[in-house]
Amino acid sequence: MPSVIDIQKYSIHDGDGIRTSIFFKGCPLRCAWCHNPESQQKKPELLWNREKCTGCGWCAEICPQKTIIMEHGVPLLDRERCTGCGNCVIECLESARSLSGEYKTVRQLLEAGEKDQIFYEESGGGVTLSGGEVMAIQPFEEIVELCRGFFEKGISVFIDTSGFAPWERFDSILPYVTAFLYDIKAMDPETHKKWVGVDNKLILDNLRKLSAAGGDIRLRLPLISGINDSREQIEAVLKLLQGGIHVRKIHLLPYHDIGKNKYARLGREYNEAALAPPTPEHLEELAEILRQTGVPVVMGG
Amino acid sequence: MAVQTATTTQRPKEVHGMNDRVRRLREESLNTQPRIYMERAVLETEAYEKYEGTVSVPELRALTLLHYFSHKTISISRGELIVGEKGDGPQSSPTFPELCCHTLEDMHVMNDRELINFTVTQEDLKIQEEKIIPFWEKRSIRRRILDNMSDEWKTAYECGIFTEFMEQRGPGHTVGSEKIYLKGFREYQQDIHKAMEALDVLHDPNALRRREQLKAMDTACEAVIVLGQRYAALAREMAETETDPQWKADLLKIAENCDVVPAHKPQTFHQALQMYWFVHLAVTSELNPWDSYSPGRLDQHVYPFYRRDTEAGILTREGALELLECLWVKFNNQPAPPKVGITLKESGTYTDFANINTGGIAPDGTNGVNEVSYLILDCMDDMKLLQPSSNVQISRKTPQKFLLRACEISRKGWGQPAFYNTEAIVQELLAAGKTLEDARRGGTSGCVETGAFGNEAYILTGYFNLPKILELTLYNGYDHVAHKQLGLQLGNAEDFHSYEELLEAFHKQIDYFLDIKVKGSNIIEKIYAEYMPVPFLSVITNDCISKGMDYNAGGARYNTSYIQGVGIGTVTDCLSAIKYQVFDQKHFTLPELTDAMLHDFEGQPRMLKLVQEHSPKYGNDDDYADDIMKSVFTYYQKAVTGRPNMRGGMYRVNMLPTTCHVYFGEVMLASANGRRAHKPVSEGISPEKGADTNGPTAVVKSCAKMDHLQTGGTLLNQKFTPSVVAGEQGLQQMANLIRAYFAMDGHHIQFNVIDRQTLLDAQAHPEEYKDLIVRVAGYSDHFRNLSRALQDEIIARTEQSFS
Repeated sequence: MPSVIDIQKYSIHDGDGIRTSIFFKGCPLRCAWCHNPESQQKKPELLWNREKCTGCGWCAEICPQKTIIMEHGVPLLDRERCTGCGNCVIECLESARSLSGEYKTVRQLLEAGEKDQIFYEESGGGVTLSGGEVMAIQPFEEIVELCRGFFEKGISVFIDTSGFAPWERFDSILPYVTAFLYDIKAMDPETHKKWVGVDNKLILDNLRKLSAAGGDIRLRLPLISGINDSREQIEAVLKLLQGGIHVRKIHLLPYHDIGKNKYARLGREYNEAALAPPTPEHLEELAEILRQTGVPVVMGG
Repeated sequence: MAVQTATTTQRPKEVHGMNDRVRRLREESLNTQPRIYMERAVLETEAYEKYEGTVSVPELRALTLLHYFSHKTISISRGELIVGEKGDGPQSSPTFPELCCHTLEDMHVMNDRELINFTVTQEDLKIQEEKIIPFWEKRSIRRRILDNMSDEWKTAYECGIFTEFMEQRGPGHTVGSEKIYLKGFREYQQDIHKAMEALDVLHDPNALRRREQLKAMDTACEAVIVLGQRYAALAREMAETETDPQWKADLLKIAENCDVVPAHKPQTFHQALQMYWFVHLAVTSELNPWDSYSPGRLDQHVYPFYRRDTEAGILTREGALELLECLWVKFNNQPAPPKVGITLKESGTYTDFANINTGGIAPDGTNGVNEVSYLILDCMDDMKLLQPSSNVQISRKTPQKFLLRACEISRKGWGQPAFYNTEAIVQELLAAGKTLEDARRGGTSGCVETGAFGNEAYILTGYFNLPKILELTLYNGYDHVAHKQLGLQLGNAEDFHSYEELLEAFHKQIDYFLDIKVKGSNIIEKIYAEYMPVPFLSVITNDCISKGMDYNAGGARYNTSYIQGVGIGTVTDCLSAIKYQVFDQKHFTLPELTDAMLHDFEGQPRMLKLVQEHSPKYGNDDDYADDIMKSVFTYYQKAVTGRPNMRGGMYRVNMLPTTCHVYFGEVMLASANGRRAHKPVSEGISPEKGADTNGPTAVVKSCAKMDHLQTGGTLLNQKFTPSVVAGEQGLQQMANLIRAYFAMDGHHIQFNVIDRQTLLDAQAHPEEYKDLIVRVAGYSDHFRNLSRALQDEIIARTEQSFS
């Protein structure tokens, strides 16, 4: 059963029209700038909000697994043993606890996505499967079933993906999917490996195949100053596109740090110092390069 | 800094804007302190002293209007192109001692209160004490009403179970038709004379009453004609000595217009607007009807004049806009006459709810949007005035451009225009027995109330406090706030062993209080019919002349009485929390819950959290809660609809609060959904504050589960931060949200685009803003879930979200 972080309705910046975005939990990549760190692990995770916690110790007392111990008024969680039962979420009087991730059946997801069909039809919208990495969900047959389920109800499906998954998976959902929001995080393999954690060969191969198969692709380029925003990197994207890959739109996504306090809630470190957005002038320069493709280049979304 | 939105195209901005004349008039309107104007009360007393006892009651009322319009101070403000004020200038409000004779203490309170105050001078107090109180104290309708109400009615009224609209203001909620643009009052008089000649004195036992009524209507026409003549004369007199050539020419134009209207039908666009304004003044000077008076479908009514004048080359688009803007200032110059006591609590505002419906469909069912419709949108956008309430009707046939332009204005965040669903309005009217053509001519007035414009007296009788009645049900009918036994004794919390038993008791209490309310309203309707007829309003409301019957006595073609249900969101969440926590989950017992409610959940943080955060809530497209909403609504609607009123029509419901949800909350304990003691209940059909956490599509879907077509209007307030509706995407999807809600038969939606101040408040009181969604950067999130630093950042940029 897939684990889902959030089902966000009235999502109007992830694809066309009014959409419902389903954020799956679990991702094979580890981008240094990830703003949804809670989407990386598959299993449900407990979040703790330091600003709300009064250190009363009630969560430690009522935890059925006894995975929380109080130290200097701070609840420390043994994440290995935490089962994500959610008891402390209900019991915490300050609402300092929340649970990220809930297992959902395909039927539940279909019903959730179907609820806003009237809005999709009015606006040309639909459902966006996002993450985490939806293409990495296992067993993937459930995602195929989900895509086909929406397709059969007449609901458009967008896939928001890093492209890091076996090609067969793309191939299996292609008949049911309207469009792909497809990331290129870096063109240079070394840079990619260093900041994303994996090689980008599979991603670029899949992109070529997807284009050849006639997929509607909206390319997204996250841009982090000094890491993947050099002229060379972007010229390489241009070259790739000019080499016969057809995309409908190119989105430039400058870095933002809104995910940073989520790391603290997960009890993790965040390498903040290395990360910054490109300057607006530089962004414009990069956009200008990409406009040579003749494809619309937009900021954000 | 992240880029906010994916804006690819920029729509060209319409070129308009106020000219200097309009700017000055608007400033004058906004900067003038509202004040009491005693001349009306004085002249009315004179008229009563002169005529009372010598003529019938309707004639007395008409002669009073004639006396007032013949002798009141009139003035023309420099630069204005539409003339006429209710008082002696902008923001001057007459009093209506025949309805509510203010005590000296009332007058002091009006002057001293912090909000909605009116300046009262020593001279005003002296007049009130020496002339007005001695004459009117024992004659006022308010006094007559209170003398005739039962003890049960008075207790329920004082404890906030329901309110009574007619206690200080007359029946109204009335909207004009296109007739006044096709017929002058001399012609109306001819119709009246014909009706008098046609009276069947041989057989009709009511012939004398009809003749008295018709004579009164004839005199009322004379009154407004006299007012027009006086304005024509004043303009000429001012023009004679005026040296500024522009103003002199304007004054002569005013004189020329007032020679024609209101005695004769208007010939030009300018005269058409002036005609409306004289009618507005006459209706609101004759009596003080709730929600003043409204032009209704103004764009359709005046479009023929606009077309003719622009084709003839005597009017430009800019000229027409200037005239509309001058009319807008006139509306804004008239504060709702001062209210006191509970009436002030249920409607604490200067706004008098004159409501203009723009767009919609024409009587033949075709698209009703025309060039004047777009001009009115520009006018709203330029003026940004609270009065008139400027709204749009959106039908399936409405051009997308019109809807988008309306959204563009609405998202600026000052609440106008609100959006009404034409197809829903038509079906609501058909369900209430109107003809298709009358339904298509209809619309909404006041806040959201549906009516057959020009043909219907649809009168709001008062608000009905649904959550308070549930509260009483839980305590054996005993009111722990007022310390009185108010309701039926059907058992305490421990006596209800199932949700169904509780619901059954709740239903019985609803019936009990509705009976009390309706008995009171029936008597009040009769009091107005007998003692406070409105001959002028009767002239312009269809069928009153042919029937020889007053508007207040059932003369209109259709006669509806509305009872406005308040707090559906709160009452739903209370029942949901009880059903889920007490009967399903058994987290605590009903007596434990009612005990905690008595103590405002003091010492019960766990219980409070369970009901507040872990119970199903209305507004999330969750059938658990929404089915409860449907059951409460349906019960209430069926319990009201079809009861006969005293004017030949029937009672129906609508679901709106004005400011009554605050008052209704004040009289309540903490409630089962975790709403704290004395805090407001939910407004309109909107979810309880903070209960909706799944975004606007979930809200409108929950709301659409109510059968809007069985009502006479519902009100939904949707909050947004500016950035959610920013950019081309934000605008397009806002329009699509409206279309989808209307496809599901939603009646009305308005947008509250959250400003910086609200965000600051949300930061200080996150528990009250759980539903607040903000656009962050490429995605949206709940404001409460953001770190302090990010909240600060969003607050900092909120004001720049619109260029």
